[in-house]
Amino acid sequence: MERVPILKIGEVLLVSIQIDLQDQTVLALQEDLADRIVKTGARGVIIDITAVDIVDSFIGRMFATIASMSRLMDAETVVVGMRPAVAITLVELGLSLGGVRTALDLEKGMRLLGAPLPGARPGAVGTR
Amino acid sequence: MSGGVEKAHLPELLRSRRDAVLGRWVALAAEGVRGRITERELRAELTELYDLIERTVGEEAGGAGAELRAALGEISRNRARQGFSPSETALSVFALKQAVLEQVGATGDVDAYSEFIGFSSRVDDLGLVTFETYSAAREQIIADQMEQLLELSTPVVKLWDGILGVPLVGTLDSARTQVVMETLLERLVETGSQFAVIDITGVPAVDTEVAQHLLKTVMAARLMGTDCVISGIRPQIAQTIVALGIEFGDIETKATLADALAYALGRSGIRLSEGAGA
Repeated sequence: MERVPILKIGEVLLVSIQIDLQDQTVLALQEDLADRIVKTGARGVIIDITAVDIVDSFIGRMFATIASMSRLMDAETVVVGMRPAVAITLVELGLSLGGVRTALDLEKGMRLLGAPLPGARPGAVGTR
Repeated sequence: MSGGVEKAHLPELLRSRRDAVLGRWVALAAEGVRGRITERELRAELTELYDLIERTVGEEAGGAGAELRAALGEISRNRARQGFSPSETALSVFALKQAVLEQVGATGDVDAYSEFIGFSSRVDDLGLVTFETYSAAREQIIADQMEQLLELSTPVVKLWDGILGVPLVGTLDSARTQVVMETLLERLVETGSQFAVIDITGVPAVDTEVAQHLLKTVMAARLMGTDCVISGIRPQIAQTIVALGIEFGDIETKATLADALAYALGRSGIRLSEGAGA
């Protein structure tokens, strides 16, 4: 079974989904992520779904589950890079992902979490 | 049908008095269309028809009939595109009856009169053909225009760096909402905008269905990380929304586009200062 890699950037964990998500993969990801949040003491989780073209209600619920799970461990979740077709599908499925923050791309997601961006001037973070 | 000898009066008349009948027909038809089409064009069209009619009157049924219908259809379609009314289009066909009748009267041939009744009902059939083609062409035009309208009426404009505007004009139905939603989301990705202002000043009425469509659009934009502001809520619309019990939840709504833009600018952290002389 394929596993989704979890990368650590500063105090943020980055989950970039590049593969077709199977239900098993999703469940494994949730476990891995919970472990990593505790181990690293991360403040934020960014789920990058730029490469995801198709979602179903199970994956839609995954975002909400990860978000509430992370919040219990004091980490905020941001879903970034959602494609228009995916957004429309989720809305049609009636999933509005309450409690999950979203951003257009990774950069904006990092900014949302207040994480320092590479090359950013100190103090310039979070002005927008 | 009775024998060919008896039937020969009218076709003979159409042949021998061709110029007189055709000339009168063109004159009558030109009167009906009142100079919106040149007499030369009209004459060319009607001459073609006349030739075909002459052939169909001679034979009972056959190739000429289909050809005549095709030619007539073509003319009616053109008339529909040029904006002539259906009666004007049909009248130019019916004018033939009067032109022929006058010639029949001039000859005083009683047999020709009785044949004229059959001829008249044929012309009526042709008139019906023009009517049908005309309305079919009109419907095609309407369908095309609806499609064009759908493309035209859903612009997504950039109001500011990071702020998109969607001025909605006209009634929102599911097909249009789909187009609006798709265009907006595509543009969000292209421009990386943080805010979108949906302006409904041009939406004549908001009912539960329209509100549902708006909510869906806002939700989809939110999923992509963009905040939406709905602006242009007129007093009557506000009353309707409250009366219908529609909840916009935590979606920001503003009375005017200017308010919405100011809000979005404020949220983006952009401060506008009044310049000298302003």
